[in-house]
Formats: sequence, structure tokens, C-alpha cells
Amino acid sequence: MSEIIKVGMADLKTCVSPNGVTTLGLGSCVGIAIRDPVTKIGGLAHVMLPDSTAIKNGQLSIPKFADTGIVELVKQMEKLGAKRSRMVAKIAGGATMFSFQGGSSALGQVGQRNVEATKAKLKELKIPILAEDTGKNYGRTVIFYPETGDFHIRAVGMSESII
Amino acid sequence: MGDMTLEQVTENYYDVLKELGNIGAGNAMTALSQMLQCKVDMKVPQVKLLEFSAVGELMGGEEQIMVGVFLGVEGDITGSMMFMVEEESARHLIQKITMGMLPPGTEFEEMGLSAMKEVGNIITGAYLNSLSTMTNLKIFPTPPALTVDMAGAILSVPAIQFGILGDKILLIQSQFYDEVELDGYFILIPDLESYAKILTALGLPVV
Repeated sequence: MSEIIKVGMADLKTCVSPNGVTTLGLGSCVGIAIRDPVTKIGGLAHVMLPDSTAIKNGQLSIPKFADTGIVELVKQMEKLGAKRSRMVAKIAGGATMFSFQGGSSALGQVGQRNVEATKAKLKELKIPILAEDTGKNYGRTVIFYPETGDFHIRAVGMSESII
Repeated sequence: MGDMTLEQVTENYYDVLKELGNIGAGNAMTALSQMLQCKVDMKVPQVKLLEFSAVGELMGGEEQIMVGVFLGVEGDITGSMMFMVEEESARHLIQKITMGMLPPGTEFEEMGLSAMKEVGNIITGAYLNSLSTMTNLKIFPTPPALTVDMAGAILSVPAIQFGILGDKILLIQSQFYDEVELDGYFILIPDLESYAKILTALGLPVV
């Protein structure tokens, strides 16, 4: 029996086929699904903010940030036997949930900045992005299966898509 | 000042924030009752400091469809504020306001959404007014934005704001009922320096 492991907000989890990973109701956060197609080891990170270095006080939560969260996910997958050189990624989320009249506040752009930070980090780690469903103005629930690499995306009032 | 974390704020001034929440939510309900022209009762609001993951569960799961009204706060304090209500409850409110012009089970029409935006505006306005009166600070709301989506997705917006400060979110849950019971949630998201301003204005020492 395969199991779908749930990833919360500011959280990350790894899994091995036939299991999958899911995160519910991604808004401006970004879901990063990574897979090693040979070992079929996969993982999903649900990051909230682009950059951990911008935070001055308080203890640091690694999965909360795109920069630290992705590195940690890769590390955990490597521990399970995945190879970085084979890893591929798919990303979703980074929506602008509320649009205000007269422009784009810093808050409105956090989704966009999360997506940019995610792409920059994946590029730095040389992990190619095979597909993405990002931006727009609605929330997404995602399920990732490392067996096939299918990334299922559900949104309110829309039919499920697979990227 | 400015070096406080949300944890410190809430440890020391939890009761104050709770009281603010209580009075604010009370005023919001009065405004709502006037708008609906019927009696709206309210239970004592609950102020909760929750882990991000627990917030979605409180609202019936991350995928629960909710209506979120979000607005900015300007003036002596800055930040933002959100009011959230379940889709079914929102439908009930719209039904009352539009006097039954939105048939049950239909999609939110433009009119329903603008009615809901107005409800959000009045409720959050009343909430901020009471905060302003108590603190003697000038607090102005910016025009609201509204969305209908999954609870988790809507919550990502305040969670990200809180996420800059810590790993928890401060939420005021108020249950109110006229004919049916409705669950509404207020989330006040002052910028960190505004916390200190609110507390100073209330005559409380700042850490």
C-alpha cells in the first residue's frame, strides 16, 4: 500500500516510491518537488519566504526559506541514496492571493519573489526545472509521485492538472 | 524597540492583545448587527497563538473554502489585517444583505462578492476603530481586497507576514450567530515596530 505523506506550511518531507508527498492549499508559498528518477527518491518542500539571510532576529527555521529549505531537502534525499546530479525539479505556487487597486505592494510580490528565489537556488544547485505552475491569483494543492515524477495540481473551480 | 520577537510580545502582553481582540471583535459584531438589522450574538472571542500548520486545521482543513478580506493598515501604526469566514457562512451573510437575491448553491456573483467586501470593510473598520480609540493612535484601513479560495492559500498571506517574525500566527477566533452559527477569524498583523507602539500607547512598558 502506498502512502501520501503530508507536508505542512514551512515544512519539508522526503519519500520513496511508491509513496508520494502532498501539500494542501499553497498560496503565495512555493512547493518544490524534487526527484531522482533512478532511485525514485523524492521530496517536497513548502517554503514561505525567499531569503533566510534577510531575517535578523529570532531562531531560524530551515524549511521556511527557499534558500535553506531547498538545500536541506536535497541533503535529506542524498542521505536516502539519491544523487544530486540526477535530480530534477517541478515547482508550483507563488500566487498573488490579493490584488489591490493602484499597484503592487511589497506584500503582493512575495509570491513572485519566492518563485525567483526558488529558481535561483535550483540553478545554483544545478537541478533543472522540468515544469512549473506558478503565479496567478489562486491557491493550489499539489501531490507529487516520485515513481513517475507526476506533479498533480488542484485549484478551486478548476479540473486537476498534471505537470 | 524593534528588537522584540513575536514570542516576547505575546508572552508579556498576551492578555492585552486578548482584550484588544475582545473589544475589537465586539465592536465588529455590533456593526454587523446594525448592517443586517438583526441581533447578532457573539461568544467570547478566543485569542490563539498557533503554529502555522495548526491554523488550517482550526478552520476545518487547509482545503476548506473560505472568503478572505484583506486590507492594509496605515497611520500611526502600519501593518495589515484579515477577516476570514467560511464560504457557507459568507453565503448566509450575503443572502441576508442582498435580501435573498443570491440563490443558495449558486456561484458567488459579482454582486455577492462586493456585498461580502462591504461586510469585511465594516467589520474590520469597526475592529480598527476600537483599537484606535483605546490606543489614541491614528489607524486608517486601506480599501479591502477579497478572495474566495482554500484556507491554506489565504492564510499564506498573513503567515508570510508573521513568518518574518517567528513561526506562529496570532489569531482571534470569534463565533457569532444570528440564525445560524458562524465562525469568523480576525488576524491583525501589525509590523513589529507597531506592536511596541500599541503597547506604549496603552501605557505598558516595552521590553
